[in-house]
Amino acid sequence: MNQLKRWLGIVWIILGPVTIYYLIKTAAEEIAKKPVLDTKIQWAVFIIIFIPIAIGLVIFGYYALKGEYDHLPENSKEI
Amino acid sequence: MTKASSSKTIWQVIAASSVGTLIEWYDFYIFGSLATVIASQFFPKTNPTAALLSTLATFAAGFIVRPFGALVFGRLGDLIGRKYTFLLTLILMGGSTFAIGLVPGYATIGFAAPLLVLLLRLLQGLALGGEYGGAATYVAEHAPANKRGYYTSWIQTTATLGLFLSLGVILITRHYLAADLNTSIQRFNDWGWRIPFWVSILLVGVSIYIRLRMNESPLFAKLKTEGRVSTNPLKESFGNKTNLKMVLLALFGATMGQGVVWYTGQFYAQSFLENVCNIDFDQSRTILIWGILLATPFFVVFGGWSDKIGRKWIMLVGMLLAICTYQPIFKQFVALTEPTGRTELASHRKLLEEKTIVSEKNPADSIRLVTSEVHYSDGAVFKEIKADTLFANTALAGAAHSSIKYKDKKLDTGSYRKLVALIFVLILYVTMVYGPIAAFLVELFPTRIRYTSMSLPYHIGNGVFGGLTPFIATLLTTIYVTDKLSGLWYTIIVAAVCLFIGAIYISNRIDPDVND
Repeated sequence: MNQLKRWLGIVWIILGPVTIYYLIKTAAEEIAKKPVLDTKIQWAVFIIIFIPIAIGLVIFGYYALKGEYDHLPENSKEI
Repeated sequence: MTKASSSKTIWQVIAASSVGTLIEWYDFYIFGSLATVIASQFFPKTNPTAALLSTLATFAAGFIVRPFGALVFGRLGDLIGRKYTFLLTLILMGGSTFAIGLVPGYATIGFAAPLLVLLLRLLQGLALGGEYGGAATYVAEHAPANKRGYYTSWIQTTATLGLFLSLGVILITRHYLAADLNTSIQRFNDWGWRIPFWVSILLVGVSIYIRLRMNESPLFAKLKTEGRVSTNPLKESFGNKTNLKMVLLALFGATMGQGVVWYTGQFYAQSFLENVCNIDFDQSRTILIWGILLATPFFVVFGGWSDKIGRKWIMLVGMLLAICTYQPIFKQFVALTEPTGRTELASHRKLLEEKTIVSEKNPADSIRLVTSEVHYSDGAVFKEIKADTLFANTALAGAAHSSIKYKDKKLDTGSYRKLVALIFVLILYVTMVYGPIAAFLVELFPTRIRYTSMSLPYHIGNGVFGGLTPFIATLLTTIYVTDKLSGLWYTIIVAAVCLFIGAIYISNRIDPDVND
């Protein structure tokens, strides 16, 4: 199981940038289709909010790859 | 905790925490439920700046500000204590809500009106971001280890009951401002919408009184006496790798999926019934009210059950069921509200309005709109709007171009009951993912930084992933126009990723001691 957790870390590391790429690509297409202020704000908000979350996913993947989730802390002394 | 609080005390703690949290949710929801009326009063579409402020009010308060509220008040809660922090969030929320009800409209004070509403809405978002973590932590730190899921699940009911209360107050106010329903609705749209905002101050007053009489959480009080309170909760929560990895796990393995399942079951479902299925305003709300009423006890059932079998699998099974059944359930929503398969009572058809307007596509053409009330043998009544294009070019006159839409659908009793049952199932999934989550989050983090650490993943999961669900889902339906159910893919994908991460990385262990 620990090996699976580590290997899947690579998937989470890749998933972060892929999500943002897809989001930006869709935003560009939708803004081009309807270039009004509302559309621009809406997509800008989505991108600004999801970029830090995608970075968080990459960090999560990195920790998983490094085996940080092989054992979860069971009390405060382990934190 | 080392010594469980007495049964009487724990129920007082639950009552004090739940009533306040319920009121905060009520305050937060009435703005959303009255969005159309508020927009007409404060954000006229004809003015682009006002429309911009409207968009910001919707997005900023619900999604961006909530995680900030979690950071600000979470830090405060870990520094000065749970009791005074969530008292502060309550005052902030109640004051902002009451003030929204007092702001004069755009017609009276111009731009100051939308600006004030935006600021007050931001304060609402901040307060909500700080409230939940405090209430959940406060109850969990009073509860005995073997009943932590059960007692904290009472806090979980408040989010749904807050929606129930807001829908109820709005419906009652809308119906009882005059003896005649149309006059009452007219008065509600003019000034009556302010009443649900004013009601808040009474509720908040009662809640503040109750909370003031409560003591500080025993675990936090102990830390304070021993001088072990965190000096920098933000740094300890997010600067410490071991704690940060748990924050990330809580977000990607639990709250992200829980948030989308919650918002799809309660909010996107309501929006879908109203805007895609075009069900009558009152019926779409009473369907939700019944669904909520029947499903709410299950928060406590699943919370209590999680004390016996663990939190993890109850939440993940809820996500799995949602992923597998959302498509067929929403397909049923459409099928139950279609005119197809119904027999019209032709003699009952009533012409409501007939008018001709200029075509938006080609101003030379015109469109004839015929609105009729159509009655069906099963008791359903739909408003039919038939649009015929009258071409200016006589060569096209033979090319008939007409479309029929149905609005304000009043359903027959059978379809209505089936919809209530389906909404009940959706909210049952919400109770599975949401009932045990407070206990789950509390057990992940140590007392000294618990308020800060659990509030952030909760509000990113619920505020961002969950809160954006109705918008992203609606947006997807405008991109993939041929598929009415395309909006569900956002929820299904996010829940599936969360389910996968949760199943592999999260432990099902119940922490026997949160007193650390």
